[in-house]
Amino acid sequence: MSVLVGEDTRLCVSGITGREGSFHAMNNRAYGTQVVSGVTPGKGGQDVEGVPVFNTFHDAVEGTGANTAMVFVPPRFAADSILEAEDAGIELIIAITEGIPAHDELKVYNHLQRGSARLVGPNCPGILSPEKANVGIIPASFFNAGNVGVVSRSGTLTYQIGNELARRGFGNSSIVGIGGDPVPGSSFIDIIELFEADSETELIVLSGEIGGNAEEEAAEYIAEHVTKPVVAYIAGFTAPPGKTMGHAGAIVSGSSGTATAKAEALESKGVRVGRTPTEVAGIAAEALDAYSSASAQ
Amino acid sequence: MDLLEYQGKQLFAKHGVPVPDGRPAKSVDEAVQAAEAVGYPNVIKAQVQVGGRGKAGGIKLANDTAQAREHAGAILGMAIKGHTVHELWVEAASDIDEEYYAAFVFDRSAKKPMAMLSRMGGMDVEAIVETDPGAMCKVHVDPLIGFQGFHARRLAYGAGIATDVIRPVGALLAKLYETFVSEDAMLVEVNPLLVTGDRKVLALDAKVTLDDSALYRHPKSAELQGGGSEDPQEQLARERGLTYVKLDGNVGILGNGAGLVMSTLDVVAQVGGKPANFLDAGGGSKAEAITQAVDVILSDEKVTAVLFNIFGGITRCDEVAKGLIEAFDQISPQVPFVVRLDGTNDKEGRVLLAEAELPNVYTEATMLGAAKKVVKLAAGAVEAKPEVEQPSQNVGPSAPQG
Repeated sequence: MSVLVGEDTRLCVSGITGREGSFHAMNNRAYGTQVVSGVTPGKGGQDVEGVPVFNTFHDAVEGTGANTAMVFVPPRFAADSILEAEDAGIELIIAITEGIPAHDELKVYNHLQRGSARLVGPNCPGILSPEKANVGIIPASFFNAGNVGVVSRSGTLTYQIGNELARRGFGNSSIVGIGGDPVPGSSFIDIIELFEADSETELIVLSGEIGGNAEEEAAEYIAEHVTKPVVAYIAGFTAPPGKTMGHAGAIVSGSSGTATAKAEALESKGVRVGRTPTEVAGIAAEALDAYSSASAQ
Repeated sequence: MDLLEYQGKQLFAKHGVPVPDGRPAKSVDEAVQAAEAVGYPNVIKAQVQVGGRGKAGGIKLANDTAQAREHAGAILGMAIKGHTVHELWVEAASDIDEEYYAAFVFDRSAKKPMAMLSRMGGMDVEAIVETDPGAMCKVHVDPLIGFQGFHARRLAYGAGIATDVIRPVGALLAKLYETFVSEDAMLVEVNPLLVTGDRKVLALDAKVTLDDSALYRHPKSAELQGGGSEDPQEQLARERGLTYVKLDGNVGILGNGAGLVMSTLDVVAQVGGKPANFLDAGGGSKAEAITQAVDVILSDEKVTAVLFNIFGGITRCDEVAKGLIEAFDQISPQVPFVVRLDGTNDKEGRVLLAEAELPNVYTEATMLGAAKKVVKLAAGAVEAKPEVEQPSQNVGPSAPQG
């Protein structure tokens, strides 16, 4: 098993005729993902290397049975595209686009809460289930299938941590990037819940960063609902207050959102926090050993 | 983007939030003209993005032309907590009966706007909550229905404001919400929200933070300078579209992806170094962007060594290497560089660097190793500035470039 994307994924790419959209759609297909269609208004009837393009998501769903959307359009069109995918009945929408206005994200988030569709992102690297499917921009060649589920607010930091884990021989069930924006469609908790239920995942790595209180909320949830070991990493211990560190959501405002507060919240609930990506991999190895021997008894 | 008080007030006025009559001024003469236009008495206020302006002498009451001239001259050019005053706001003085607090904030936890109203104001919000928690009422607003009359009533009764101003305060809150949404603000704060002697309500101060991602919808706001950083490196970086934050150390940092760069700063600090900056070269950076980034990093004279930490996904390591080589061609950096390349096209990138035989460039295989190396080099440069660097890890001989 894996979470969210896998062999059953039938992907429709919004913005498939764009430079980045087509490049990554083809990369995802080459990895084995079923890329069944694309959407670009005005280019319906064309194809991108054999993938049919439709004018609307509704046509794409009807014509190709797409169940997953990847949104790659520029920020000013992205909220519209996400809402369109939901309206067309898509169950999982993965938004890669960076720089969507926060008020647009608010409207999208609150609208999706009323229905059943799930949004991952925006401003995220996507989801990789190694050896099954890759939806997004994660460089899949660095990751093997395995028992570690990773959920992260940052793209390249995910690769760094994945790489440190791989050096120790770990593979991944799924790697989920939830994105660095102030209003992510899916939270750490949403993804951790999936990993807890996933039979293949034996260890969960949470990679957070400064800003907001999603890590603190995850700590509470883990304490009450998660039986599998969780190892965490927080980026931004040395970030100065009041400065946005690259991600729109990564800012220490006043005393809230600091890395220290997040690490303390997690550690107080028994989640071990590595101070460097290298240390995270070390702790993961110990935690998994302990978990395996406990499960064996 | 954080706006100055008067910029915020101009947005308020546009949406019908009542504010005192006022004019901006950039010189003493302009300030006097503004003072004559709004009438006396008036208040001359320093426009800087820090609290405590009043205590620092940046807000003065003027009763006549002479006083207006005197105060404007004293305040312009004054430094308040390190911020030089370049602009003034001259506004009609208001008589104060009561001071409240009102704000709309972006509640990231609830993922809804949150309205806040307090019957206490004029002090910072933490102090209000500490002094009298019961005085602060908070209500979430569903962004799909917007701010309704019931929100205003809950806030007014919850905060216990005077009953005779419940309606005008409610009307002000509705206009403030309109400002918050239509201007794509992340924060609008009115502190104090004033009740005057004749029981009118006025926004006496304005704190507005706009969403940078939405500036394309607000071309006028995008042109504002805001009260942001005056740091020359940050300005240069902004002009070049780079995500750069100046810090106070001596190790220059370049990485790809915000999380990885933050992590790099932490690791450098952990091994005893002090980062000089945060610089996210972003996804898919081409050589030219890297060259420009090096220029920005080195424009900070405190930098004594630079670390490149790249884990290529969209970003191709060979492009990063090309950018660094180009930077050496153009600006011949005088400080050592440590480069860690992993990910897409990493082998090609390392080969390019080795072939270029750049002086003073070292490659490291891991993030931790690279951090240790750069910290050592940065410290060494401060102590001795050796003519010849240790050759052991060097990708090429330290020969002059050909």
